[in-house]
Amino acid sequence: MTFDYAPAPESRAVVDIAPSYGLFIDGEFAPACDGKVFKTVSPSSEEVLSEVAQAHADDVDRAVKAARKAFEKWSALPGAERAKYLFRIARIIQERSRELAVLESLDNGKPIRESRDADLPLVAAHFFYYAGWADKLDHAGYGQNPRPLGVAGQVIPWNFPLLMLAWKIAPALATGNTVVLKPAETTPLSALFFADICRQAGLPKGVVNIITGDGSTGAALVAHPDINKVAFTGSTEVGKAIARTVAGTDKKLTLELGGKAANIVFDDAPIDQAVEGIVNGIFFNQGHVCCAGSRLLVQESVQDELLDALKRRMQTLRVGDPLDKNTDIGAINSAEQLARITALVDAGEAEGAERWAPACELPGSGYWFAPTLFTGVTQAHRIAREEIFGPVLSVLTFRTPAEAVEKANNTPYGLSAGIWTEKGSRMLWMASKLRAGVIWSNTFNKFDPASPFGGYKESGFGREGGRHGLEAYLNV
Amino acid sequence: MTWRYARRYAPLVTMPITVPAYGKEAAGRLASMADVTADDGALRRFLHGLPGVDAVGLEARAATLGTRSIKTTAKAYAIDLAISMIDLTTLEGADTPGKVRALCAKGIHPDPTDRTSPKVAAICVYPDMVATAKEALGDSGVHVASVATAFPAGRAALPVKLADTRDAVAAGADEIDMVIDRGAFLSGRYMEVFEEIKAVKEACARPGGTSQTESGGGSAAHLKVIFETGELQTYDNVRRVSWLAMLAGADFIKTSTGKVAVNATPPVTLLMLEAVRDFHAATGVQVGVKPAGGIRTTKDAIKYLVMVNETLGERWLTADWFRFGASSLLNDLLMQRQKLSTGRYSGPDYVTVD
Repeated sequence: MTFDYAPAPESRAVVDIAPSYGLFIDGEFAPACDGKVFKTVSPSSEEVLSEVAQAHADDVDRAVKAARKAFEKWSALPGAERAKYLFRIARIIQERSRELAVLESLDNGKPIRESRDADLPLVAAHFFYYAGWADKLDHAGYGQNPRPLGVAGQVIPWNFPLLMLAWKIAPALATGNTVVLKPAETTPLSALFFADICRQAGLPKGVVNIITGDGSTGAALVAHPDINKVAFTGSTEVGKAIARTVAGTDKKLTLELGGKAANIVFDDAPIDQAVEGIVNGIFFNQGHVCCAGSRLLVQESVQDELLDALKRRMQTLRVGDPLDKNTDIGAINSAEQLARITALVDAGEAEGAERWAPACELPGSGYWFAPTLFTGVTQAHRIAREEIFGPVLSVLTFRTPAEAVEKANNTPYGLSAGIWTEKGSRMLWMASKLRAGVIWSNTFNKFDPASPFGGYKESGFGREGGRHGLEAYLNV
Repeated sequence: MTWRYARRYAPLVTMPITVPAYGKEAAGRLASMADVTADDGALRRFLHGLPGVDAVGLEARAATLGTRSIKTTAKAYAIDLAISMIDLTTLEGADTPGKVRALCAKGIHPDPTDRTSPKVAAICVYPDMVATAKEALGDSGVHVASVATAFPAGRAALPVKLADTRDAVAAGADEIDMVIDRGAFLSGRYMEVFEEIKAVKEACARPGGTSQTESGGGSAAHLKVIFETGELQTYDNVRRVSWLAMLAGADFIKTSTGKVAVNATPPVTLLMLEAVRDFHAATGVQVGVKPAGGIRTTKDAIKYLVMVNETLGERWLTADWFRFGASSLLNDLLMQRQKLSTGRYSGPDYVTVD
């Protein structure tokens, strides 16, 4: 007899999803002005979860007006008063964390283990962290009484719907701005639940407005003449379009875009933990992570040993129902994303890289992709240069630390990097040479609200998190 | 696939076929590693050349495995498996033949109300109680394990330790749980520890019996080597001592005596499982693992079984290759077992107190 884990599904009963949702503007839910709606589905089953409003440009205008109206009073509140609301929101998130985790896994497809143990704790921590800053802005290094910018237009991606919302809204509110936020088209639900949390916390009307919709809604928001700040997390392609829209205006802009991070393993690395770090780096959240360690750079002298250990470990990954507590890898977020991953993986094979995946049964309905690695990848391959945004690892090798730096930096991106070595001096030398906004050593994909996050080059500009994250929302 | 991973440790020409550490062929396999144990310098270089352990990463992995949710049929399987893996232990100055006999009776029939409950793997006692336990257990199939070598401190001269071991073996012990000389290990005298384990292994041979064959009467007692990881402190030390003991012929590696402040922990056990996995990949020799001390609840025991399952796999999921050194764990397993079969929670009065 074998030790087969029986299904251990988290209960869906803790979350009550309404059949339809309106736009959250000025503290009220209302349908779009033209009554348009779109459906949001669960990517693991293709089940329709709800219908949400498709905001029209006029709705965007209404939301910006509401935020503008609320700005005067909100920005005039003492920091300690704003902090009270943020602390209250953080506590409500903690209290409702199971409900929100289940919702996030349903709408996004990520495993409940991750939404429960990573997303939700980080969401609450981010609100707690910036709540703490609200009455200490004088001491943030920007002089006395730094002023907010005004109305922030925020557009967030589908990979960490609620966490990206927290990264955007918490610092904006702490510094006295009001916001209009647009969640991603495929994952609008947790932002709408957050709207409910704002009401529960008694947040003044208009301080937070949530408008749902597709790319056209986002475009209308960033182009709106009466917003002072645009914050975007998403693809480099859309980020460039936003930069063009905002160019020539006085809107302040921060962009957090794609990545193609190098995860660099030296021959003196703690091998077992490096394997865990590689797995966590690329298979966490199905690889839908902008800072994913999607390029493994392994020292040639340890390549065979490491790859064998990695393959052995990949065979134990459990792919399946996101709500099963024992699932390691959930569903790909959308059919569109699955097609993009498949196309790049096909290109990898066509260009001669060797594809490997563990034997792994994928569910019949929904969008799925088995954890995959490519060996024999060179810098010239598309899978070494383009962001796949899926559970696909490209393995390259190097001989010396200098070569590792050269290859790691040879990318249009520069969001994150990982270094695995037991030698402290090499770790520090590498960190000083790598052109990436976040560098992890002997770990990967570790986040903390106190630590600034952001990119070099085509990975964007501006920092989120930490003291640095305040600057993006202050007129300094 | 696995043997290439092992190249760092030993240049093997062929993929090794698995042999048990207590089997006849194991000695030959260990001989293939003779170069690393040839002298003090070689052994030291080898042990210090093993990959380092990142403490944060190791603890995070153990914690993640601890979040596995084991329910219904999987839980029933795990509970019965855990019961069958227990070395039911009494190691007190106050032990008496009566106490040992009571424990033996419990080991054979853990749940007096349900005879379908599996029996435990062994009864673990001090050497002077071996004969009593052996008699009480009869032909039940439950083994007698005896601690030896001046347990728990191990602070005695080698001849005393060997005499202690021989005495327990002569009295009928099926398994010997020895302690290493932590002082020698911590001061870097690795060869001394290596030689001592080898000597104790030789002392496990039963006079007149065929050595190194199937367990049971007449054969050599199986050797479990206790590291007292709470005293070795660092994870790097745990990986090194695991290899050291396996190279010296340990049949099982065991975390703790249960007599110090820190006993078995999930990260330490995970690390030892990884060492066993790598040693198996290098030599083909299968070695068992026994966490001991501090494992009191079904929930904890299941976490350990999950670690075994996802690190070593099915081959190790038997009492031959994984044990729990525990005393109070058994009653919690029995209460959970009753809950699963009846649907009601029972209480401490529905299991036996010994």
